[in-house]
Amino acid sequence: MPEGGKRRRLTRGEMLVIAAPYAWIALFFLAPFALIVKISLSHPAQTRPPYEPVFDGAGLAGFFEKLSQLGLDAYRGLAEDTLYLDSYLSSLTIAGGATLICLLIAYPFALAIARAPRRLRPVLIGFAVAPFWTSFLIRVYAWITLLKDEGIINHALMALGVIDAPLPMFATSGAVVVGIVYSYLPFMLLPLYAAIERQDASLREAAADLGATPFQVFLHVTLPLSRRGIVAGALLVFIPSVGEFVIPDLLGGSDTLMIGRTLWNDFFANRDWPAASAAAVALLALLLVPILLYERAQLREGAR
Amino acid sequence: MTDAPLLSIKGASKRFGAIAALEDVSLEVGAGEFFALLGPSGCGKTTLMRLVAGFETLDAGRIEIGGADMSGAPPHRRPVNLMFQSYALFPHLSVFDNIAFGLRRQGKGRAEIAARVAELLQIVRLEGVEARRPDLLSGGQRQRVALARALAPGPRLLLLDEPLGALDRQLREETQFQIKEIQRRLKTSFVVVTHDQDEALVMADRIAVMRAGRIEQIGAPTEVYERPATRFVAGFIGQMNFLEGHIENGAFVGAFGRLPAEGGGLLQGAKAVLAVRPERIAIAPTTQENPGLDGVVEDVAFRGETTHFRLRLPGGETLRVSRGADSGAPFCVGDAARISIAPEAGRIFASE
Repeated sequence: MPEGGKRRRLTRGEMLVIAAPYAWIALFFLAPFALIVKISLSHPAQTRPPYEPVFDGAGLAGFFEKLSQLGLDAYRGLAEDTLYLDSYLSSLTIAGGATLICLLIAYPFALAIARAPRRLRPVLIGFAVAPFWTSFLIRVYAWITLLKDEGIINHALMALGVIDAPLPMFATSGAVVVGIVYSYLPFMLLPLYAAIERQDASLREAAADLGATPFQVFLHVTLPLSRRGIVAGALLVFIPSVGEFVIPDLLGGSDTLMIGRTLWNDFFANRDWPAASAAAVALLALLLVPILLYERAQLREGAR
Repeated sequence: MTDAPLLSIKGASKRFGAIAALEDVSLEVGAGEFFALLGPSGCGKTTLMRLVAGFETLDAGRIEIGGADMSGAPPHRRPVNLMFQSYALFPHLSVFDNIAFGLRRQGKGRAEIAARVAELLQIVRLEGVEARRPDLLSGGQRQRVALARALAPGPRLLLLDEPLGALDRQLREETQFQIKEIQRRLKTSFVVVTHDQDEALVMADRIAVMRAGRIEQIGAPTEVYERPATRFVAGFIGQMNFLEGHIENGAFVGAFGRLPAEGGGLLQGAKAVLAVRPERIAIAPTTQENPGLDGVVEDVAFRGETTHFRLRLPGGETLRVSRGADSGAPFCVGDAARISIAPEAGRIFASE
């Protein structure tokens, strides 16, 4: 909470330190994003770059003329073509499902690591992030050999006589979920571990002392106190999963719609940069607005 | 005690690795009694309390509450509640929900819980903060919430781990009396763990003084203060002068001279220590015709109700003496003074 209402003037050095991250964001996030927004307001064209108008410093009169050519056509296209809506919804479903599965898998692991003897914890965390030392692409490729019709899993199941024909696992939405869960699990595990590990053990003892069974202790103390970890982990998994391109491209089937893939197709196959840019802007808005609202609610609650 | 004790600990031992936290500790706490476990940090008092609450398991011995053996009973099945030193208030719950936590676990109804929480807030004199989160309370308020929460389920035995440790001095003295008053009103047995002798003396009916995993003495405050069983207890509780010497013909002989004193069962010629409280030493001018030891006043400290003197004896020892205000002749630094110690005023222990 702020102390009184007095605010000290910042020294020049302090301003410089504070300005650095803002400059970083402005240069590497806001500027490129402004470019994307601009392209999303343009028209596709058989030129290079493949959109109009191009602001190339043709004087002030030319600037205003070109400004008037910008329009919302690409966004109209987004609304009219059901492909985009379907891609969004399917992306949200797949990412949401994968996030939930990540949470269900990671929570027990995080709990177990946080309750392990203190000297063992860094080792266990090390194991959890060990796969990151190999290339992401190779790890996703590895899943192809596992999930294919003639892959290891089907092979083993058939050899054991559990199934007669190979299970169609590869090139399905399910395979995409598996790939996302596998790839993003550490992003769920680490914030959960951090949230559980720093909980004061005496709170659990107090709950037990007041008559809570071990399950009630978990339900009423451990779980609610790890809420921030759950939210952080869910955002870290959900946000990149929604726009994920590599995993659906490698593990998904032709009918697996995800917005990242649709975007890629627009950009590189159809060379419709304005449509792709509009889709990207819309995606950002759809993801960012709920998160900002949530963060604001959190802040307000924290201040209360 | 005629009634069966509420808490009975027999031969309790507990080791943590190579360290013996408790060795063969036995004690009993009666129903409605205010009991204090007193000792320096690391003496095993907190371990003993955690064993009673069920957070640790005994290596040997037995703990009974209300006649029932508690071995193997998890904390949530013991008729005991603990007020934590850190308070351990649930940060995500309001004051109301913190206090109601134990009541909800008992499956009480909504109206009953609300009434009980209101009653407890009134008992600990903390009303109007039900909706607040613990982090918005002052230290004193948090302490009351912790006490109310631990009392809420109506335990037969309440354990308090350094209940006043986190409070500032003034609040501490006030709260001592409040806790005692609450205990008297509710007639619940309280076991308070403390390293502060004042707390134990003021609040407890009986005190167990602990040292290095063992109990040195159990007794009422006056008993522990007036008749310490060991040299450690004598030095730990209150101000105490220790004079080195030996026993000779029923008298205690030191470098300063000889004092008539009860032998305390020590043999002729044995090395001994005389322990005597500052207020049990009489101080008078040397002119008077009374027997005693002569010394020189080195320091005079006026503390309102009492005046404290530091004396240097002929043998080189210093002695602290205190007496009530306006009782006897005044002394200044450098004055000669004659002190006398009545035989029953001192306790004699064998030299360690």
